[in-house]
Amino acid sequence: MDSIKEAPVIEFINFSFKYFAQSKPTLKDINLKIFRGEKILIVGPSGSGKSTMGNCLNGLIPFSYEGEIDGSLTINGTVTQNTGIFELSKTIGTVMQDSDAQFVGLSVAEDISFSMENDCVPQREMISRVKDVATLVGVQNLLKQSPHELSGGQMQRTSLAGILVDDVEILLFDEPLANLDPETGKYAIELIDRIHREKNADKLKTTIIIEHRIEDVLHREVDRIILIDDGRIIADLNAHEMISSGYLLEHGLREPLYVTAMKYAGVDVTSDLTPGYFLTTDFSRIKGDILRWYESVEIKTHIETGDEVLSIRNLDYEYYKNTPVLRNINLTIQEGEMLSIVGTNGAGKSTLAKLICKFENHSRDTVFFTGKDVFDQSISERASFVGYVMQNPNQMITQTQIYDEIASGLRLRKVPDAEIDERIDRVLEICGLTKFKKWPISALSYGQKKRVTIASILILDPKVIILDEPTAGQDYHHYTDIMKFLEKVNKLGVTIIMITHDMHLMLEYTRRSIVISDGVIVIDTDSTEVLTNPEIISKASLKETSLFHLANEVGIIPPKSFVDRFLDYEAGLKYESI
Amino acid sequence: MNLFNYSYEDTFIHRLSGLTKLLSFMALTGVVMYIYDIRVFAAILIFSFSVMRAARIRMRDLKVIFIYVGIFFVINAVLSFVFAPTFGPETYGSYTLWIPIAGKYNLTYEQVFYQISKIFKYSSVVPLGVIFLFTTDPSEFASSLSAIFVPYKISYAVSLTLRHFPDIQKEYGDISKAQQARGLDISSKTSFWHRFKNAAATMIPLIFSSLERIDVITNAMHLRGFSKHKKRTWYSRRKLKKGDFAALVVSFGIAGAAIYIAVFVNHGRFYNPFQ
Repeated sequence: MDSIKEAPVIEFINFSFKYFAQSKPTLKDINLKIFRGEKILIVGPSGSGKSTMGNCLNGLIPFSYEGEIDGSLTINGTVTQNTGIFELSKTIGTVMQDSDAQFVGLSVAEDISFSMENDCVPQREMISRVKDVATLVGVQNLLKQSPHELSGGQMQRTSLAGILVDDVEILLFDEPLANLDPETGKYAIELIDRIHREKNADKLKTTIIIEHRIEDVLHREVDRIILIDDGRIIADLNAHEMISSGYLLEHGLREPLYVTAMKYAGVDVTSDLTPGYFLTTDFSRIKGDILRWYESVEIKTHIETGDEVLSIRNLDYEYYKNTPVLRNINLTIQEGEMLSIVGTNGAGKSTLAKLICKFENHSRDTVFFTGKDVFDQSISERASFVGYVMQNPNQMITQTQIYDEIASGLRLRKVPDAEIDERIDRVLEICGLTKFKKWPISALSYGQKKRVTIASILILDPKVIILDEPTAGQDYHHYTDIMKFLEKVNKLGVTIIMITHDMHLMLEYTRRSIVISDGVIVIDTDSTEVLTNPEIISKASLKETSLFHLANEVGIIPPKSFVDRFLDYEAGLKYESI
Repeated sequence: MNLFNYSYEDTFIHRLSGLTKLLSFMALTGVVMYIYDIRVFAAILIFSFSVMRAARIRMRDLKVIFIYVGIFFVINAVLSFVFAPTFGPETYGSYTLWIPIAGKYNLTYEQVFYQISKIFKYSSVVPLGVIFLFTTDPSEFASSLSAIFVPYKISYAVSLTLRHFPDIQKEYGDISKAQQARGLDISSKTSFWHRFKNAAATMIPLIFSSLERIDVITNAMHLRGFSKHKKRTWYSRRKLKKGDFAALVVSFGIAGAAIYIAVFVNHGRFYNPFQ
């Protein structure tokens, strides 16, 4: 064993990389050794260079993205620059973030066999190998399915099978959790762990996971966590040391919620509490602190006031005959609320949002704005009352100038130019975009573009805004940015409805959650209730928050009251900081 | 509405290999393109409609296609007459006046016959295409293309288009609705030019997001060794069975018979009843 361990599988020596299109290097002076059989988690905020590091490993750099390389990166002793992407792909297999785009075949079996096809493997052999790896990752019953019939998790497992057929030594996962709901994400982490261990027995696989959702990855053990920010390695520690180090928060990453709770309770989180994983954390020593803090937090009462702004009554909907997408939906939303709609992919949440905006047609007497049936209103008439913000801002932006983009809704409604200018100034102010008034859109970051799309909706003065996955793919820093902004908009009296998978968002920003599963509303209640109720959790494909487990661990009944107090305390902190 | 409406049904036609269907489709359309004989067109039309029936393709799934084809026929007929009102008489070498209109726009029996034959020509091709698209597993499509010596990169491009077509269609729908919500009107209430401009505005985000997607797909393919060798194998290629050979014999038989008629009966591409 030790003799194998001496030579690293992957070694970065004084490695720097600069994209041709950029003036500054994205990776700076990286020195890192990864040994055979290790399981490594690479973390870092957006733009830190962690994905670039992945692209250097799998050969996309310099094959697809050219740039200047300094220093060296060797895999199995050969310098990658001289190896070429095809040869590298036999050693290191990549599961990309967007498993839908990575799915190039027209059926599961075909996609798994893709790399063998390119290697001219005879058909008979492909069929038997596909069967083997499909069984390994659990898609053996889906071989004939087309990508459109698969869930995100199934697609990702297919991608994994597609690289396992090559019997690669190194598995690279680029943000494997980005497109999965919490429950599926949990299974993905378990599967990655199982594959890592299973193959370890005879072949010693090395696994590298690039993610910023640290708590979710640490559902299973990793050997080391490497923190990258601004192109440099900041820390290279084991999970316990990393979690207790304080580096994560410093670099705009979220620490596990149970750790946050421990800190609120005044616990000095050190590595001898082994806090890296929930299961290893030594709660017995800190139980007293947690309980004492729990008793001390003041309970606030929340009274929802406001008039009804939007309601849905007895709504049924089907795309095709006899395949209902939504059944008997009833809900009422008050003015000034901020709430989440959650549920699995395909449960019907987006369809509900689209029906409210008339992107799809529904029947009479089902959708009401301030008590009035809006069946007869057109899409654009409804848009003056309820705005819909799509997940990807690039799908909404049609102009090249920020000003024109935001003005477009008013111009199309024939509002005089002077008034438009006045209203734009006001909206830019709210969105924190005032200094960008005369800028082109191309100069903006993703998060700023998102603000522009929200601004272009806000300018129509809607009473309600529906956002589809407003924080998808955002790291903690950007997530907080967007959510604080939405809170501000909400305080102006705009009702905000978010369609989301993000449990943190549900917990921290929306008191109320509506859970949709298989086209029906399963429950419509407090977010803390949803996330501490195992039955609803499994129906909505969510998972329990670690606060729930922490409450159980220290014996607080019901766990919901612990989570409630945690949130009240946190809200108090936020209030103080303003 | 999905244009490529493949759904598996257990019929003789569905069980045929993609290659058989592609070759038969090419043979029959090729021959229809080459000759100009309304009798042959009618025969092929009857043949293809009976195959459609055998493949259990329902007429209501084809409604949209039929509407488009119908519009195309009307436009084509009008334009043919406007731009080449004497093509019929010139082709058939005779001039039989039917309805006098003005100068060269006098309607002749030859012109009418020529244009009716043309409608038959196109209508006999449409069901062939429908059968091919509706009964061929898209997976098999690329491999059948490459079996007839189309370079595999092109075959794969076709296959990827089929794979992503529904997504892009859906994305277009969403983008367009979002623009309509902003107040963009693409309904028939506004002028054609306005609608065109508004539809173009919707295309911009679609193009950008498609380019992004293409980038990711290309990377994904290279990471798994695409374009490494000059050749590749295909997981989904099916071996030809008895039924395939029978189908090939039938369709090439029909194509052969049509060519026989052209060469030995009509003595040329055109069937000429006016001589």
